[in-house]
Amino acid sequence: MDIHLLENVLFAMVRTGTPLLLVALGAMMSERAGVLNLGQEGMILVGAVCGFIVAYTSHNMGFGILAGVIGGALVSLIFGFIALTLIANQVATGLALTIFGTGLSAFVGAGYVGQSLIGLAPLEIPLLSKIPLIGKALFAQDILVYLAFVLFAGIFVVMRYTRWGLIIRAVGENPEVAHALGYKVLLVRYCAIMFGGAMAGLAGVYLSLAYTPMWSEGIAAGRGWIALALVVFASWRTERILLGAWLFGFASILHLLLQGYGYEISPNLLAMLPYIVTILVLVMMMTRKQGQGNFAPRSLGQPYYPQR
Amino acid sequence: MRIEKRLHDSKVMLYASPLLALLLTLLSGALMFALLGRAPLHSLYIFFIAPVSELYGLSELVVKVTPLLLCAIGLTLCFKAKIWNIGAEGQFVFAAMIGGAVSLQLAESQGFWVLPTVIISGALAGMAWAAIAALLLTRFGANEILTTIMLNYIAVNLLLWGVHGPLKDPNGMNFPESALFAAQTMLPVLFDDYRVTIAILIALFMLVVIWVLLGRTLLGFQLRVMGENRNAARFAGFKSNALIWFVLLFSGAMAGLAAVSEINGPVGQLISTLSLGYGYAAIIVVFMGRMHPLGILLASFLLGLTYLGGEMSQMELELPKSITGLFQGMLLFYLLACDLLIGYRVVFSNRTLGKHPAIAAAVSTPPVSQ
Amino acid sequence: MRLELLSVTKAYPGCIANDAVSLKVEPGEIHALLGENGAGKSTLMKMIYGVVKPDSGQMTWNDREVVISGPAQARQLGMGMVFQHFSLFETLTVTENIALYLTPAEYGTMALLRERIVAVGEEYGLAINPDRLVHTLSVGEQQRVEIIRCLLQDIQLLILDEPTAVLTPPEVDQLIQVLKKLARKGCSILFISHKLHEVNALCDRATILRGGKVTGTCIPSETSASQMARLMLGDELELQDSMPAGNAGATRLTLNKIDVKPRDTFGIHLRDIALTLNAGEILGLAGVAGNGQDELVDLINGELFPDSGELSFDGKSIAKLGVQARRKLGLGVVPADRIGRGAVANMTLIENDLLTGYVTHGVKPGINWVSWGGLRKRAAEIIAQYKVKATGPEATARSLSGGNLQKFIIGREVAQNPKVLVCFHPTWGVDVGAANLIHQQLIALRDSGAAILIISEDLDELYLLADKLGAICGGQLSPIRAKAEVPLAILGQWMTGEFDAVATQTNSSNINVEAAHAH
Repeated sequence: MDIHLLENVLFAMVRTGTPLLLVALGAMMSERAGVLNLGQEGMILVGAVCGFIVAYTSHNMGFGILAGVIGGALVSLIFGFIALTLIANQVATGLALTIFGTGLSAFVGAGYVGQSLIGLAPLEIPLLSKIPLIGKALFAQDILVYLAFVLFAGIFVVMRYTRWGLIIRAVGENPEVAHALGYKVLLVRYCAIMFGGAMAGLAGVYLSLAYTPMWSEGIAAGRGWIALALVVFASWRTERILLGAWLFGFASILHLLLQGYGYEISPNLLAMLPYIVTILVLVMMMTRKQGQGNFAPRSLGQPYYPQR
Repeated sequence: MRIEKRLHDSKVMLYASPLLALLLTLLSGALMFALLGRAPLHSLYIFFIAPVSELYGLSELVVKVTPLLLCAIGLTLCFKAKIWNIGAEGQFVFAAMIGGAVSLQLAESQGFWVLPTVIISGALAGMAWAAIAALLLTRFGANEILTTIMLNYIAVNLLLWGVHGPLKDPNGMNFPESALFAAQTMLPVLFDDYRVTIAILIALFMLVVIWVLLGRTLLGFQLRVMGENRNAARFAGFKSNALIWFVLLFSGAMAGLAAVSEINGPVGQLISTLSLGYGYAAIIVVFMGRMHPLGILLASFLLGLTYLGGEMSQMELELPKSITGLFQGMLLFYLLACDLLIGYRVVFSNRTLGKHPAIAAAVSTPPVSQ
Repeated sequence: MRLELLSVTKAYPGCIANDAVSLKVEPGEIHALLGENGAGKSTLMKMIYGVVKPDSGQMTWNDREVVISGPAQARQLGMGMVFQHFSLFETLTVTENIALYLTPAEYGTMALLRERIVAVGEEYGLAINPDRLVHTLSVGEQQRVEIIRCLLQDIQLLILDEPTAVLTPPEVDQLIQVLKKLARKGCSILFISHKLHEVNALCDRATILRGGKVTGTCIPSETSASQMARLMLGDELELQDSMPAGNAGATRLTLNKIDVKPRDTFGIHLRDIALTLNAGEILGLAGVAGNGQDELVDLINGELFPDSGELSFDGKSIAKLGVQARRKLGLGVVPADRIGRGAVANMTLIENDLLTGYVTHGVKPGINWVSWGGLRKRAAEIIAQYKVKATGPEATARSLSGGNLQKFIIGREVAQNPKVLVCFHPTWGVDVGAANLIHQQLIALRDSGAAILIISEDLDELYLLADKLGAICGGQLSPIRAKAEVPLAILGQWMTGEFDAVATQTNSSNINVEAAHAH
């Protein structure tokens, strides 16, 4: 196989996997705290549109990125308020967030459809980017990809080695007990939800400012849902989320490879691939899981309100 | 201020909550219009009343209600059993594609059997698409929310492939559309000059069917028990896999009928942007309608109105049509928020404790020293 | 004075849990809080520990008035609590669990904490592996974790909520030793129980609660059991100390050499299960929670199928039949988890009658049309016959107290006239009056010719009702013998898996009587 083709495939795989990585990390954190937020798709869209509009009007990428993160966190707060403080069904509230976020982003972004800007430029890290095969994929990306790596490492450390991670796991495992021990369950869950919102917003920004630097309705294209499946695939473990994100990234760019070899397949059919892979992965996970116990946090999706 | 669990769910709030949610949505809508520099009351009028101020507008509302109601009827059974089928959209789209292909095949055929064949093929296609999710859930335990959503995206891409490829109108100047369906494959309209078809009658009939099913049959009872408490259902010996297959196939069939009602009714051909999100809006219909047949009938009119209102605002207020989604999202958010009051009461301060029956009793029994 | 409560009151919607309760505890004192289920003991403890906020009343701690804002503050003051339903995180390790209970300032690093856990465990005879995941520990070991983590701080008051309910008799003895050692070091102990004999063996003083009010305080060693029982139960209720024996008839249900592999990691592997239920006889099965009782009930109910072995009903194999078919033959089951399995919380009693009643009545065959009218009548009859306190057949299961719902569920199963009835924890969390009624109904059903299996952690109840006794441990059954051949000491050994133990003492019958009295 041509080494350059392979390098490019790996490069595209990491790029395509980055938004999934960001969303899945955020979703994992809120699920570890026991909150099932099905509104990922809506939060990505809100982040994407906020980021694009601010970057487009201010001509400043930094402001755009910040706006996307804040936008994602703010809409997640609506979910948090209804699901936590008002004790609503998390599945329904998450769906509402997706419907609302889709509508809101389409509405405010309507005037910006078709506009484009110059996307985030790649930052080649000297020497490292010249490593054969993986150098380009890991060290010649744009700043958001690097940021995703840093966040991944940070979350890995927090969940595995810190007391914060322990508390988050405890709250997701059994909120009643956590409350009885004096932990502020709702506060932990609010923080986890807003972190998830910020991560989804960042993923949205990555889509609208780097991956395809433009705004179009439904730019998330189901990535929020795929990321939720990715968390299941990863058994709620940080390190596996990275692998999963790259796997899905690879599935999404498979058509590049196929075209590279000269196969002619309808682009519409190829666009189905990530979704089909998602289903296959879910099936695989569940078949394997039987007899191994369930990895999901015990209180996932259960409403909880501390009584005193 | 704090909230306190009620001893019994409030029946009043169960029915008042959707109305309260509607009110809050209207208030938020007015605020939003004001912020956008439009006259709030006039804008609300344009969105919610102008579309149905004439008979034709009302008939158009029924046209929107038909697919919404059909999808919602299927989803009601699913959600009663807590099977989170988010896939009405995909079942709708796949059924449209198959139903459309059958309609195109039968363009030259004549006979009483043509239309029933089209209708049944649509229903079967919806069932087939739902069967995938049922199989994945019962055989592999794969989360139905995720699989049905994925199937939605796959179905949309299949339809795109269809209208760009094999189903494209050969004489259609290369637009991604099929040829127009022949008259004998189209659902008859109920009244001349209006687009309402017999599909609304099918929908109303199915509404009665699920009403009886849920209220009077063991099957309906089993679905309700399964939704309330899976362990109790298992303990009682209800066969959850069979029930899962039943509700998913039923809702697939309903989404399939909805698709036929749309493509063989007002649309008349396959186009790339076929569904306006009916499958998703139907979810809101079911929640707003309290999973009760009468409720979902009313709620489907409300949600149908958001589509007409969106189109009207685009014309009259020059706002994007996507305002429809914004209103739909707000409705569901407010509904879920107001539903808190079904199971809980809001207590404003400790002083109200004295009015609490238990405390009142405690106080009346001496001696409480303090 | 270490702790003093003055006229503390707490009300919940629909009930007053504590009505002007006062209480005093001295340093180094072991103080019992005695009362029946629903007397308000747990609520009181939770208020002392700051989990629940009182509506009114005062509390002093070491002679200073305090208001406890939450468990963290209670801990800072030097209180520790061992909850009835353990407050442990099952998927975390012992060390992680204890770390969450303490502040980082208290334990330093995880490695240091690990060492201290081992050290304290050795000091008090509470050995535990700090690296195990909690869900892999037995119930007794989990309780050790709860106690150890209280001992890691400077503790002045240890609260234990019904600590013996989940232990085998040898474990109970061990616990009593640990508590006495603690008290000698000056730690006060608040010990919640409804078992008079334990209170007698351990406590210096007792406060007795009934219906949320203090009905008296006493020194257990100077007070007769009947006096304390009267304070606890009121005058109108009498404890039953014996029931007529049954007459064994034909064999109804037989399990032979049954092996069932677990469904998931948390399940128990049932091995070599053999038991026989005879008409007109009650078999009592003791055991600490989580030793295969759930699986055994599921196996008989038809939710779990044997991998090998025979299961027959009136001589016919039913190993492959489902729940519905087995019920049609005449099986009735009362599950342990009444709101989780035995009833649907948000449904009416009418609907809850249909839940298992659909097999025998309530549904017209054909298209399975439900006849709600007939079901309503039947639900009303059960409510009347069992004195279920409910607003009527339309009341939701959720609105009933645990005891009343249990009466309804037992009534529902008994009304179906089962040939075999399996009862898992028939009176768990039920007040004495309701328990008496349930016991009488079970005896009446037995005398009408039904075969009954009672699975319970309440040994007093088993000795009261059963004709034959056995125990389950680690998914295996002990020998099953007539009640007279199984003294408490032997049953206790069976519960810990020592199935070789057999009665040798001649005075075994005395122990039986003592156990039956000691309610």
